[in-house]
Amino acid sequence: MTHELTRRDAIAALSAVGASLAGCAAPSADDDGQSADGDQSLSDHDRGTLSAAAEVLYPDDVTAVESFVERYIDGRATDRPEHAAGIADAVEYLDEYCQAWYEADFAALSVDERDEALRRMSADEADSVPDGSDVERLRYYVINDLLLALYASPTGGQLVGIENPPGHPGGLASYQRGPQS
Amino acid sequence: MSDIRTPSDRVDRTPSDRVDRTPSDSADVCVIGAGPAGALIAHRLAAAGHDVVVLEAGPRFDPEDRIEQMDDALRPAHGRPDIWEMGGNRDAFTSSGDRQYPLNHARVKGIGGSTLHWQGMVMRLHERDFGVASREGVGADWPIEYDDLRPYYAAAEDALGVAGASDNPFEPPRETPHPMPAFEPSYSDSIFAEACETLGITTHSVPNARNAEPYDDRSACVGYGTCQPVCPSGAKYDATSHVEKAEDAGARVIDQVPVQRLEHDDSGEAVTAAVYATPDGETHRQEAREFVIAAGGVETPRLLLLSESPQYPDGLANSSGAVGRYFHEHLFAGTGGVIDRETRQHHVGFNTTESHQFYDDPATGTESGVPSADAEADDLGAIKLEFFNYAGPSPVDAALSDGGWGEDLRERVADTYGNHLTVGALVEQTPRRENRVTLDRSTTDDHGNPVPEIHWEIDDRTRRTIERANEIQEAILADLDAEITWQVGPTETGPAAHHMGTTRMGTEPGESVVDDRARTHDLRNCWIAGSSVFPTGGAMNPTLTIAALALRTAEHVERRL
Repeated sequence: MTHELTRRDAIAALSAVGASLAGCAAPSADDDGQSADGDQSLSDHDRGTLSAAAEVLYPDDVTAVESFVERYIDGRATDRPEHAAGIADAVEYLDEYCQAWYEADFAALSVDERDEALRRMSADEADSVPDGSDVERLRYYVINDLLLALYASPTGGQLVGIENPPGHPGGLASYQRGPQS
Repeated sequence: MSDIRTPSDRVDRTPSDRVDRTPSDSADVCVIGAGPAGALIAHRLAAAGHDVVVLEAGPRFDPEDRIEQMDDALRPAHGRPDIWEMGGNRDAFTSSGDRQYPLNHARVKGIGGSTLHWQGMVMRLHERDFGVASREGVGADWPIEYDDLRPYYAAAEDALGVAGASDNPFEPPRETPHPMPAFEPSYSDSIFAEACETLGITTHSVPNARNAEPYDDRSACVGYGTCQPVCPSGAKYDATSHVEKAEDAGARVIDQVPVQRLEHDDSGEAVTAAVYATPDGETHRQEAREFVIAAGGVETPRLLLLSESPQYPDGLANSSGAVGRYFHEHLFAGTGGVIDRETRQHHVGFNTTESHQFYDDPATGTESGVPSADAEADDLGAIKLEFFNYAGPSPVDAALSDGGWGEDLRERVADTYGNHLTVGALVEQTPRRENRVTLDRSTTDDHGNPVPEIHWEIDDRTRRTIERANEIQEAILADLDAEITWQVGPTETGPAAHHMGTTRMGTEPGESVVDDRARTHDLRNCWIAGSSVFPTGGAMNPTLTIAALALRTAEHVERRL
């Protein structure tokens, strides 16, 4: 079974991170995944790097990752430009690290190499700290940002058994329902 | 266009750096603190045509930021105090005694006060709570009865917007239904209902200051599930609602102006001015005919102590020596575990079922499974049982705290989330004179004032009551064949962030700070609103009682204007 991330998931994820109520009306991604207004502080390279990271961070059966991440990141950049700057800095560090070890940018590596690179720099052991070390900021602005986007969305919540995860305004019906067979 | 507003739809106010923070020329009333007590009083008096000024130490938070605040709250990188900008020199404090008191986790300074981060549970005290000393020989009796407060409870439920049902056989008499129907029970409530029915424990709904339907121009709950510490939809009541109403009625509400001290007249019988500081370093005096201190259970006694004078060397309104004393809390007792089926937690951030069966009579067991307390340990305080809808780790928190990613992370989060249950409880703490808020003169805040020192310990009766709550909780989980994985008992317990007792109400000026109207015994125009006036606190979340007392006090203040 696959779990396709949808436009609804991206909007739901934005609702958990600061673009919620404006999420539908604010500049965001078109259906083809391109920026609607081009006024982003994140470059195409930054956005591609985040999609490449999500391929590592998300479970294998999650599909439509690239369009989900691009919608999410564009909304994020619009609503919290200071946060987008943190993302861009973290991507820069990620590429510097990968150039040093693999002589390629992070997004150019295979999925296995990306996973290896993140573990080599101990991103799996680092605390998530917005003003911390390079790896701690990578953990905060890239890894945890993408994990929050997924697990605060309906599809991401369903991956672990909850269709209305905290941060998602999923209404008042689900808490009353029993397990779905 | 809909009339329903979210917090971000609220009226734009003047940018902080352009706010006029000079005093008003002819204020009838100066209210210190813009939490629920101060906001309700300011609104009632302004609506009655009086000139009201509210001085608030904290900022006016931008409602547009609520979702960003929720974003931060969902991330383990941000602690609870960060969300509402608590901490630093402004909020410095000292904790002494055998218990560390986490003060800045337990309050918010700002327009709206601690209702900005509260849970929103709003129960009336029971009749028993007003006469604990007479009935049980501990604490102090209130100078008023439940019936004195009863109409104000109803008015407070209307003001805050309470969703509730009349299905609680243990609650005191009420005259009208709640203004909104109760939230429906959760799926996990149905699991607990099986066990409680077997054990002979009666459960019932929870009154919530949270919109089950649109109310007072605010949205119905949409299930963000982050009630504590921030509700982005505005469905949860917070006191910014009555601050706005007060301003619409003509009150001035000034943020970021911590009151440094109160001044009194030569006779020592009346307050003449509140001296406050502004962000740009100015100091002003706000004069008024009446003064209402509504700064919470720690800052209210601190302000009185800081207002010492040659005539009152021990602080203002402190001829009894009771200012700052009898600080008490509600203690948390909890037992949690896992069962072999899904429990559907964390869809919402509030509870929908409780039991007050062990409130008035905590020692008595049931015929079918809950033992009575041992005879040598049956002197107990009140217990309020809570059945959690947010037991165990949140899946979002689990995902962000794990460290890993990919398929492995998904499996671990799915394993972690899903079959947890928690029975919590609020437990009454016996007020003791030794538990107190004083001034720590060795440490100063950002304005050079001594910080509050909180000396907080827990007595044997309260410990016994926590153990009794644990015993009842274990019986419920045992009936469900749950594997108990954790317990918060007398050693691990912590406060519920309810600061009570530090300017207690009473008939004797030698033993209490305010009279039965909440006016200080010592100064004829100085009133205190908030849970600091509670002689005892039962085991009910205090805000509805704070609101009811505030509405009652507003009437008394108005009679003097």
